[in-house]
Amino acid sequence: MSDPAILYDPALDTRPPRSRRSRRTRRSEVSGSRVPLALLLPAILGIAFLVLPMVGLLIRAPWSDLLLRLAEPQVGQALRLSLITATMATVVSMILGIPIAWVLARSNIRGRSILRALVTVPLVLPPVVGGVALFLVLGRRGLIGSWLYETFGFSLPFTTAAVVIAETFVAMPFLIISVEGALRAADARFEDAAATLGAGGWSTFRRVTLPMVAPGVAAGAVLCWARALGEFGATITFAGNFPGTTQTMPLAVYLALQNDPQAAIVLSLVLLAVSLATLTLLRERWLTRA
Amino acid sequence: MSLAAQFAVQRGSLDLEVDLAVAPAHVLVLLGPNGAGKSTVLRVLAGLLRPDAGRIVLGDAVLDEPAAGRHVPPYERPVGMVFQDYLLFPHLSTVDNIAFGLRSRRVPKAQARTAARVWLDRVGLAEYARVKPGSLSGGQSQRVALARALIGSPELLLLDEPLAALDARTKLEIRADLRRHLAEYGGATVVVSHDPIDAMALADEVAVIERGRVVQSGPPGEVARRPRTDYVARLIGLTLLAGTGEGTQVRLESGVAVAVAEPAHGSVYVAIRPEAVAIYPTQPHGSPRNVWPARVASATPHGSAVRCDLTGPVPLTADLTATAFAELGLAPGSEIWATVKAHEVDVYAR
Repeated sequence: MSDPAILYDPALDTRPPRSRRSRRTRRSEVSGSRVPLALLLPAILGIAFLVLPMVGLLIRAPWSDLLLRLAEPQVGQALRLSLITATMATVVSMILGIPIAWVLARSNIRGRSILRALVTVPLVLPPVVGGVALFLVLGRRGLIGSWLYETFGFSLPFTTAAVVIAETFVAMPFLIISVEGALRAADARFEDAAATLGAGGWSTFRRVTLPMVAPGVAAGAVLCWARALGEFGATITFAGNFPGTTQTMPLAVYLALQNDPQAAIVLSLVLLAVSLATLTLLRERWLTRA
Repeated sequence: MSLAAQFAVQRGSLDLEVDLAVAPAHVLVLLGPNGAGKSTVLRVLAGLLRPDAGRIVLGDAVLDEPAAGRHVPPYERPVGMVFQDYLLFPHLSTVDNIAFGLRSRRVPKAQARTAARVWLDRVGLAEYARVKPGSLSGGQSQRVALARALIGSPELLLLDEPLAALDARTKLEIRADLRRHLAEYGGATVVVSHDPIDAMALADEVAVIERGRVVQSGPPGEVARRPRTDYVARLIGLTLLAGTGEGTQVRLESGVAVAVAEPAHGSVYVAIRPEAVAIYPTQPHGSPRNVWPARVASATPHGSAVRCDLTGPVPLTADLTATAFAELGLAPGSEIWATVKAHEVDVYAR
């Protein structure tokens, strides 16, 4: 008998790499390797540029009557509306976006690259343009909107639903890109294994594919939610600025800045706190793994 | 259930055309070099890849018949498969991995888990029920994968290189276990392997696949004794030479004559076992009728022996004891004489 070890060909070994760490960039082990000055200076300048505005916000905050201002009903109203609409936009984005990501990553349909480009257009499109486009389609005189109005007597613009639609339009591409990346990185052979164990397409997706890309979905959902929370342009264009129904935090901040700058700072602080809290809460659990 | 699979599939540079049959409770090992198409055969049998032509029948059921537009999807086939690196679902515990197939068939969760625990116990991993596959060793993963494939009582079991990912020591133990499970299993089994030892240990039948074709099939002993291609011969360690029988000698294609004991005629193969080759530092005289000058091309340790590849008028593989190798002062490049007794030369029709 010949030695079986000789017959093993590493080039044909399709086993996945053992650890994720091996895929990460390795740092130089050389001690004292210094950052060149030409890189260090712009880096420090850049960090200052990113951090200073937030510091400014903290310095100028009316700390003495902060609690009082936070208790104002408009703040709570805007915050509640923002959290609800951003969460709903994220849910809608997941329901529609995960299937899109699956189609982009797994299917062999023609024109897939065109589809990907189309789906990610809202990423680069100015949100105001998105708002105008939504208005033209879903407005009372819009392509679909006029039919909606004539059939159901229902008009979308300037409602809370319009806020959710505007936020979804702008934020969903973040989720799609994140989930598609996770799906591409996931080993599709697990889906073969599920098929040989009697799982059909939907069952395989639900029981194998989705749990395996869960970190990517979570990361995408966080990005999507954060983007939806900060949405301004499309919202104000398509949904308007009505306290209680469509005035989200960013809109309230903008409005307050013109009448009562102190209030704008307070509202901004709240948004900053919510964003940071979300990031730190989810960073440990999901973002570092994705 | 017996399997009768005759199909062709074209995939990239691979042009596969095979005709395989496996009786119930029998194990067919597909042996062949990497890239020969062995795994593709399994993918077709599992339903993961549609054949271009042919017919696959399991028991009474036609699983594939492209001409009739028939293709049973993988999730509706009574087939269990163990993949090369096991592909245990990383997000499920071992017990849920094993229960997966039953859950697909809508067996209630508690009932499926109970059945899975029975299987876990059967493969000797009862205490690992809640463990995630990531912390299992290779041998343990293999057993879980086997249990996962067998729990649904498939009529056909497919194993893709079930032992390739294991280290030498674990392999020995797992191979013995696998043999026991296969002996208990009543359905047909197809195993893909590139390891002749696995093939000999597990197979009732061996089919050797090279470049998409079955080049030889039969009981493992028969295939090992009388290889029909150079690949099999080298796998087994035999020297395989093609020639023409001229009575008690065979004229090789190179013109050299090999003396044989049994008279042979027509196109034949000559097979020489490495331990039948004797080596002398000078030309020997006496009984052996096959004496050829040779040069040691390479020498590698092989068990307790040293295996030498020899070049010369007849390329040979010879096994020497380490002592003999040292005493003869051999090294790659040494000029020696090789002899083979006529009755140690195996001759069979091509």
